[in-house]
Amino acid sequence: MKTQQAKPARYVMVIDVDRCNGCGNCMVGCAVENNVSVPPADALANRGLTWMKVYRVGNDRPFPDHQTVCLPIPCQHCDHAPCIHVCPVTAVQRDEQTGIVGQIPERCMGCRYCMAACPYHARYFNWFTPVWPAGMEKTLNPDVGTRMRGVAEKCNFCHGRLDRARERAAAEGRRQLDPGDYVPACAEACPTGAIRFGDALDERSGMKDLLAAPETFRLLESLGTEPKVYYQSRHAWVRQVGRSRLARVRGFETPAGEGVTHG
Amino acid sequence: MDKDLITRGLDRTPLWKFALWLLPWALLAAWGGQTIRDMFVQGLYLTNMDNRFAFGLWIVFDLTVIALGAGAFFLGFLTYLMRQKDLQQVLNTAVIVGFVCYSGAILTLAVDVGQPIRAWFAFWHANVHSMLTEVSFCITLYLMVLLIEYVPIILKNRKLRLVPSFLVLEFNLHRIMFLFAGIGAFLSFFHQGSLGGMFGVLNGRPFAFREGVGIWPSTFFLFILSAIAVGPSFIMLIVMTVSRVARRPLVDRKVLTRLGRISGLLLSAYIVAKLADTGIWIFRTLPDSGFDAAEFYRHGLFGIWVLFLELTVFGLLPATILLNRRRRQNPRWLVAGGLLACLGITFNRLVVTLQTQSAPTLSFDTFMIYWPSLQEWAVMLGVVAYGVILYSLSYRYLNLFPREHELKTSSGRA
Repeated sequence: MKTQQAKPARYVMVIDVDRCNGCGNCMVGCAVENNVSVPPADALANRGLTWMKVYRVGNDRPFPDHQTVCLPIPCQHCDHAPCIHVCPVTAVQRDEQTGIVGQIPERCMGCRYCMAACPYHARYFNWFTPVWPAGMEKTLNPDVGTRMRGVAEKCNFCHGRLDRARERAAAEGRRQLDPGDYVPACAEACPTGAIRFGDALDERSGMKDLLAAPETFRLLESLGTEPKVYYQSRHAWVRQVGRSRLARVRGFETPAGEGVTHG
Repeated sequence: MDKDLITRGLDRTPLWKFALWLLPWALLAAWGGQTIRDMFVQGLYLTNMDNRFAFGLWIVFDLTVIALGAGAFFLGFLTYLMRQKDLQQVLNTAVIVGFVCYSGAILTLAVDVGQPIRAWFAFWHANVHSMLTEVSFCITLYLMVLLIEYVPIILKNRKLRLVPSFLVLEFNLHRIMFLFAGIGAFLSFFHQGSLGGMFGVLNGRPFAFREGVGIWPSTFFLFILSAIAVGPSFIMLIVMTVSRVARRPLVDRKVLTRLGRISGLLLSAYIVAKLADTGIWIFRTLPDSGFDAAEFYRHGLFGIWVLFLELTVFGLLPATILLNRRRRQNPRWLVAGGLLACLGITFNRLVVTLQTQSAPTLSFDTFMIYWPSLQEWAVMLGVVAYGVILYSLSYRYLNLFPREHELKTSSGRA
């Protein structure tokens, strides 16, 4: 059923890094919602599938000044996404109505050029034939198609949920979604409320204020990719981690001695 | 039967010796073939590529052989369109080497993609903004051109010539070969460039990203220049190797030195362009995207020596050797210069492919290392073996070198 929204939306995610405790609930919620398969137990570490990867980042200072934050990184849904223009088979598209960057697994031929192009390493490849342990196939979400071996996949802001929200709204005679109608699984699963999500063009969503806050930043802004996943932290070093040049944050020219380590 | 297929007047090694030569290559090709089957059946997890190293040995191999195979289009262009008739002596070899390189690269690419059965989507769902689309179109079309250029060489076989229609076809194809040389040159210029453009357009990967002219990043032009610089050297090395194995002169000596000179001249131009490009990248492109060049060379495996080696040992040194007339006259120097040039392009393609992915972009991410799996080596070596077998068969049964008989007679060898 095709139910177009009256006004275009610009869905954004704002992750409060200071609230994230690295529990991984977002990753589990995402995997369950989107039928992300589990690779074999002996698979290499970098062969896993997860649409949301939580990095642990430290400030590289000794105790008692040592600080660590967890940084969940899904697809950043860039407005100028490097993965879109490289795909030879037009399997990656940006929806002009929502700003969501979607992947068409049935069209992907598995060349992995998009993965080489993504600066956030937010794309994953199906190295293995997806298999669910006996009984687990009953937990598969019927609203989301499973992917086959040999194709790339990534976060799509739970597009299946957007479709359902549109259908519900249409059934109620609404053309416009209300804030809260559509929330990705990771935001719903987060126990600390670190992940917030909404339409930045909808005043009622409260996103506009979050984006304008001084503690808000984006990853690798200088590359000009215009990501739609924003991060927040009241710690200056965390904000620097996200947007500064490598040499500075790596401690080679650290002005305040605020280098970082990756754990 | 075997003797009837060999061109009259040319002597070839006995069949048993030839079979013995082919045997190890056939075994290698069989190993590669078996591994390709495993890849299709079991999947790419048999490789050592992962989510960070999306491109591995096979892409390095593809980029390298396509650059080395550039001799086919460039020498065709020089012979037919620039009327450099003396290069005709090595043109058959250039065509076959080109065919081997391109067909090998396409085969490797077919193994490399996760869904090879969807390879045709590149034509059906073509994304006109993707450099890879352009590469897919051009290398497929150019392989057809190479096949058309290969057919007349095959049809000149002693037995096939007996079929009148083959002779007519061969004659007519030969008459319009300049047209295919032109089409080949056009297609090749573009896909050689697009292979470089593939990396240059990666605005999310500051190590690879380059500014450029219009829609083409500088790597587009650097890849064309480097490919046409080493293509003649590669053909020169092949001819000299065959000549050594067969223990007879196959082409005039001056043709080989000429190939060396062409390589030397173009390599010099390439180094100047590469230096300028590196300077712009360090002082303008990288600072604009918030990065510092030194960061990319601070990791153990890929130190500053990478850039130094590429520009000097694999750049200036072979260019100096190949531009020096006296050095060129000495076969050892000629081989050394050509070999360094070919190793240089291999090294360049390796750095462009692997260092781009090794270097982290996120400030808290780590530098990563990749080493190919045995299966990846097997596929690559299998494709190399296929090339050697095809060229060996062509050398035995086709008249690849028009002056071979004449040179053999004049040198007084049996």
